[in-house]
Amino acid sequence: MKKCYINGTGCVSSQKTINTAFLQDIIVNENENVLELSVPDYKEVIPPAAARRMAKGVKNGIVASHWAMKEAGVHNLDAIITGTGMGCCIDSEKFLKALIDNKEEFLTPTSFIQSTHNTVGGQIALGLECKAYNFTYVNGAVSFESSLIDAKMQLDEEEAATILVGGVEENAEATTNFLQLTGIIKPKEQSSYSVLDSDTTGAVFSEGAVFFVLEDDKKETTYAELNDVTIYNTLEKEEVEAKLESFLKGNGLSVNDIDAVVLGYNGDTLYDGYYTILADGVLKNTQQLYYKHLSGEFNTASAFGLWVASHVVKLQEAPEVLSVNDVKAAGYKNILLYNQYRGKDHSFTLVSQC
Amino acid sequence: MEALKQELKEKIIDVLNLEDIAVEDVNDNDPLFGDGLGLDSIDALELIVMLDKDYGIKLADPKEGKAIFQSIETMAKYISENRTK
Repeated sequence: MKKCYINGTGCVSSQKTINTAFLQDIIVNENENVLELSVPDYKEVIPPAAARRMAKGVKNGIVASHWAMKEAGVHNLDAIITGTGMGCCIDSEKFLKALIDNKEEFLTPTSFIQSTHNTVGGQIALGLECKAYNFTYVNGAVSFESSLIDAKMQLDEEEAATILVGGVEENAEATTNFLQLTGIIKPKEQSSYSVLDSDTTGAVFSEGAVFFVLEDDKKETTYAELNDVTIYNTLEKEEVEAKLESFLKGNGLSVNDIDAVVLGYNGDTLYDGYYTILADGVLKNTQQLYYKHLSGEFNTASAFGLWVASHVVKLQEAPEVLSVNDVKAAGYKNILLYNQYRGKDHSFTLVSQC
Repeated sequence: MEALKQELKEKIIDVLNLEDIAVEDVNDNDPLFGDGLGLDSIDALELIVMLDKDYGIKLADPKEGKAIFQSIETMAKYISENRTK
């Protein structure tokens, strides 16, 4: 069975994560509940004629995949696998608005064509003229992990050697307003923005695109080995600890072998308890890191978490801004990620130094 | 006629998201497709819908489009002769 190495990464987020050293220019935003995207230079990567029909999610996906492939020194892919929970919201909204405004007449093709969830993967393939396996997973907050599992299985079974895999989400005005109205995002006027110290419900939200080149060979650019990924659609808080231990046992590890855990705290007091039950329990003596105060929450925010974990393993350094507790690991051999969204779509991901 | 040409240039740039092109860059006789503005078949569909929505012109024969959408000049002439709104 082949191994799975993370050989390149590209990240477009609410932080400056393109063309900078790891978390060098970060801003911890405590003034907004919807973090603004740090817009990359699209023209550097996408020809203007092609970009004119693309909403920002598609452009972000292309930019992130470009940098991941460039870093890994890869030109040909055996598969492109994309995860997205909400897909191309902006064009979906545009199309639906035109449908209503024009009383179901005068519908133009562009926003319809660009509104499907697989637009990102399709446009990446078109730009690369890549006719390989191309699949998009739309599985809520485990869309990215579903993509990882697919990629890992293909590498394990030697069906592919070089795979581009990533997660993309874009915010659209009406959808964001609905999420705010329903309390999924913290309300605009609510001033408790700090993710860890939050005493209110709703998440600090954002958007982004993170892509990885996964290969069966280790090379100079390798960040880490992706050991395992597992998902659970529903779990009770009381079940999480046992599932975590079972996941580690399946990989021949125990909690003591984990140097750091990356937790998906998003500031929502209704559901952050899933993390604290581990943080105050079985992982109490393990270094704990978090990232959604930097990336914001979105269906594929865990891809940003994997981007963080990959860098920590590669650089053997965890910037203070990521720290949840005071425990410090001597080194970072094994890093565990745990994420869930609103008490559903739980995932455990294990990466290790190689 | 001049006002209509100006209006068409503005609408085409807006509807087709031609971000790097200004109204001044589009000459009345420049080809819209191919070597000129470089529009394609999806843009043609957008223009057909625009004729219907904004000027009340329904193209019964899509083949007519080739002559009508040759340039701003030909579009403006066709619209001024056939518009219902």
